[in-house]
Amino acid sequence: MSEPRFPDEPLFVTAELTLRYRYGAGREATHYLRVLKEDMSFEGSHCPQCDRVYLPPRPVCGICYAECDGWVPVGPDGTIAGATVVEVPFVDPITGEQRPVPYGFAFILLDGASTNIFHFVDETDRTRLKVGMRVRPRFRAERTGSITDVEGFDLIREEGEA
Amino acid sequence: MPDVAIVGTGQTDHKSRREDVNIPELAREAVDRALADAGVTFADIDAVCFGNMDLFEGLAENEHWLASTFGAAGKPLLKYNTGGTVGTSTTMGAYYLVKSGFYGRILAVGFEKQAEGNSQGAITTVGDPIWERPMMAGAIGNHAVMASTYVADSGVTEEQAARVAVKARRNACLNPHAHLKLPDITVEQVLESSMLAYPLRTLDMCPTSNGACALVIAADGHAQKLAARPAWIAAVASAHDQSFQGDSPKRMSEMRSLIAVRERLYAKMGITDPVKQLDVAEIYEPQTYAELAMCENLLFCEKGGGGRFIDSGIPMIDGELPVNPSGGVLSTNPIGATAMIRVAEAAMQVMGRAGEHQVKPDVQTALATGYGGNAWTDALILTARQPSR
Repeated sequence: MSEPRFPDEPLFVTAELTLRYRYGAGREATHYLRVLKEDMSFEGSHCPQCDRVYLPPRPVCGICYAECDGWVPVGPDGTIAGATVVEVPFVDPITGEQRPVPYGFAFILLDGASTNIFHFVDETDRTRLKVGMRVRPRFRAERTGSITDVEGFDLIREEGEA
Repeated sequence: MPDVAIVGTGQTDHKSRREDVNIPELAREAVDRALADAGVTFADIDAVCFGNMDLFEGLAENEHWLASTFGAAGKPLLKYNTGGTVGTSTTMGAYYLVKSGFYGRILAVGFEKQAEGNSQGAITTVGDPIWERPMMAGAIGNHAVMASTYVADSGVTEEQAARVAVKARRNACLNPHAHLKLPDITVEQVLESSMLAYPLRTLDMCPTSNGACALVIAADGHAQKLAARPAWIAAVASAHDQSFQGDSPKRMSEMRSLIAVRERLYAKMGITDPVKQLDVAEIYEPQTYAELAMCENLLFCEKGGGGRFIDSGIPMIDGELPVNPSGGVLSTNPIGATAMIRVAEAAMQVMGRAGEHQVKPDVQTALATGYGGNAWTDALILTARQPSR
């Protein structure tokens, strides 16, 4: 029997995992993203029981447990329900690259929708980004059928405002 | 069904790095302390429940190589992997197994060695890959947006939020297990700390910790033999919200899952005035604004009154209802253990074993909560009095 021998410095093993995933969008998202890509417009799913219009769309209302009965146009403009300016450097979950900071980030309630989506906002001065502000989507010229076909939302500024 | 109690707790001394141990060695420290606290050995344990987050350390099915660490060979070993709530889910899983009469004594363990992986990257995968992930900014971006909705609804000020940060890090100085201890912290320092995402500054957020927590949970009959003053689990509740982050328009001001568990727990316990009827609360507050919003949702103060609540002194360690006398999540956050630490700290208060941060000698009723994922809440009420007696 002998005593254990420890190194002067702790030892480590490093590992790098690069895993590729391919997620099926499913029926609701496929319809929604096709409308987004081809018509540059938004549609939500409607609950016949409570009249909520869901974004993201879904087959069943989470509150009533009733099956949604169809599509309702919403937006394209909306209102900020919550907002921040992210200043801490962050790895983009899609590309794996560092996302440039600062950037505006918000919960947005599109006109006619009952639930918020979150998206980027074109304002990086936190003192000028407030709950209740109106926003308008900015679509990409090249669209692929992804929520990133909307590049971000622009603040709707009044005449004469900077 | 038998009454169920916590009869032993154990924690590591949580730190930003633990380079001297690997994951099993880290977890074992908490396990050994919990077994010693209850005065039992592995031979006395019928089953083991444990939890951590697979992707944080990039380890799937780690039960294989952790079984011997937990003394689980030849016994049932169940794993819970539910996010911020993992520690309360694991505790409640153990509670259900004892309550149902299947097992008499269970070891529950939660741990996280965050320094070994990429937690914020892993948290980003919590978002739905089609609808949410492309916009995700880890826990901080989402919490900042939620905090901004709470600020708009309640009018809580940055100074009031900073007072929560000061309370937590000063309380932590009384807790030998706490990670972030700042005895001289001031409101000004919090307000001067670097901005992460408005309104959240560095000192408004929980730290990244490495640590483990363990509990020994026992049925009526065993419990009285293992602890002079068991912490009886008098009520548990768990609730989810809808699927997506944006589904609750006022996600912090009106936390639907927290309101749902509050209603069930308070109805079961006959609680109508929690500030008077609870002796201590250990709640899962990932950031300062969340603590104030949670206090509102738990009816510790009136709606919109979170800021005035911290100003009143009620949640201070010597106040009428101390909130997180341990220093809370703001001082210690080894994610897979964090919610279990809330339960352990509530149990220690009831058992009279909280040492320097014991809020009073005779704690009769304590609340513990867990929070995570998409606005999901677990909560437990622990009592000194045996529920069915």
